[in-house]
Amino acid sequence: MSKSDVDEGKVRVYIMGREYKVPFGLTIMKAMEYAGYRFIRGAGCRGGFCGSCATVYRIEGDYKLRVALACQKTVEDGMYLTQLPFTPANKPVYDVEKLSPSVNVLLEYYPEIAKCVSCNTCTKACPQDLEVMDYVQAALRGDLEEVSRLSFDCIGCGLCAMRCPTSIVPYNVAQLARRLYGKYVMPRAKHVDDRVKEVEEGKFDEEMKNLMEASLDVLKERYTKRDIEK
Amino acid sequence: MRIPYFPGCAMKTTAKNCEVSAMAVASKLGIEMVELPRWNCCGVFPSLVNDDLMRHVAPIRNLIRVQEMNKSGIVENEYRLVTLCSMCYHTLKEANLFVKDKEKLTKINTFMDREEEYEGGVKVLSFLELLKEVGYEKIAKEVKKPLKGLKVAPYYGCLLLRPREIGIDDPENPTILEKLLEVLGADVVDNPCKVQCCGSYHTVDKKSIVAKLTYDNLRYPIENGAEIIATCCPLCTFNLDSRQKEAKELYRDLKEIPIVYYTQLMAIAFDLEKKFFGLDLDLYYKNPKPLLKAKNLY
Repeated sequence: MSKSDVDEGKVRVYIMGREYKVPFGLTIMKAMEYAGYRFIRGAGCRGGFCGSCATVYRIEGDYKLRVALACQKTVEDGMYLTQLPFTPANKPVYDVEKLSPSVNVLLEYYPEIAKCVSCNTCTKACPQDLEVMDYVQAALRGDLEEVSRLSFDCIGCGLCAMRCPTSIVPYNVAQLARRLYGKYVMPRAKHVDDRVKEVEEGKFDEEMKNLMEASLDVLKERYTKRDIEK
Repeated sequence: MRIPYFPGCAMKTTAKNCEVSAMAVASKLGIEMVELPRWNCCGVFPSLVNDDLMRHVAPIRNLIRVQEMNKSGIVENEYRLVTLCSMCYHTLKEANLFVKDKEKLTKINTFMDREEEYEGGVKVLSFLELLKEVGYEKIAKEVKKPLKGLKVAPYYGCLLLRPREIGIDDPENPTILEKLLEVLGADVVDNPCKVQCCGSYHTVDKKSIVAKLTYDNLRYPIENGAEIIATCCPLCTFNLDSRQKEAKELYRDLKEIPIVYYTQLMAIAFDLEKKFFGLDLDLYYKNPKPLLKAKNLY
């Protein structure tokens, strides 16, 4: 990087091999947009929550392929970038109503978890810093509670699956575990049941009708004056 | 005595009866088996590569957990790791021997760059060895309901015995289980098949192989008068019990016989609460309860 580039506050990045100069401090996603790319897939909330913008990059002079969320990671000089629009990961079809939370159910739908060699590559890939290997191992022994606990903050970006040398799909395994745990094992939340009953009995119908019929100005006013939980 | 304990997947699923009885028996003998706070598969999976290195990563990770338990004070200067499952014992001990070669240890440590280094100081023990160390006199003192008149044949399988460097006893003619069963007051029946192969993982896709082996492994102890078989290994137990169904279809003369872990017989002989016998779990092809009831042991 020449001195004038530093003075301008810019870094060099390579997007799919081609060099661009982009301002310091931009996220990978913003940098690609700055360079003229427009995202129609692989972008979502832009806040690090939706898991849409999994990305793989390398830094000049380093052999390692690194992974991150494009909306969170800021650019560094000499980054080689590309964007992963979609993870074509295996996702068996099941009806959670017809399953039971048995110890073998995860193995039945994802038998490949038995191939885990405990290399921990999935954990290293996780942008949420989850202990992915540990929850795959818990899945292997049918411990739905532990899988749910360890994977709770998973945003489903798919990077663990992209990096696994034995083609396990950790994030989908964990989703099945959490569905089963939530449906069959965790105690029911009474306040939710009560509220659902109120909704079904029409307690909020009138208010909903008013909202639907309100003009844009009224909606704007009500939005700005709303109660915000502090 | 607080000692690190590695369960393995079977103890949490198909061999719950083994774990529940062993934990209760250990506690009676003053041993507190402390489950590793984090553990992964012992390492018995199809290896990705043929360099004989990658497959040792999983077991070494578990051994590192024992170091961590010592450093965080969960156990005090206790580097022995006790196992109940024969497969886990075998895999962990094999890996531990493998990294006696410093070059191999360095390679594995380098690969696992997010773990602390394994220092090689953990000793892998089977529960049978631990019991031997505790002493049969101490065990005899806890026997409140001797298994008198119960004709038990021991069955070891291979993983606790072979190869010799890994084995806990003579690989051809072990006696550690017989000694224990005698202390429990059982009538120990000679089992000429006690170190034979149970058929192992053929049970998944070639049931007929395991059915034949089950027939062979059961008929001789039965001829010698055995009423029940005492096992150490979850895979042997599964094969010897469940495959009796397939064996009977092939060999009409097979008499069914219940299969239990030696730890369950210990819980019974110690006269512990029934819930520690593990007999109510839905794990059996041939339910051991009727025999035990007939012998006034249940």
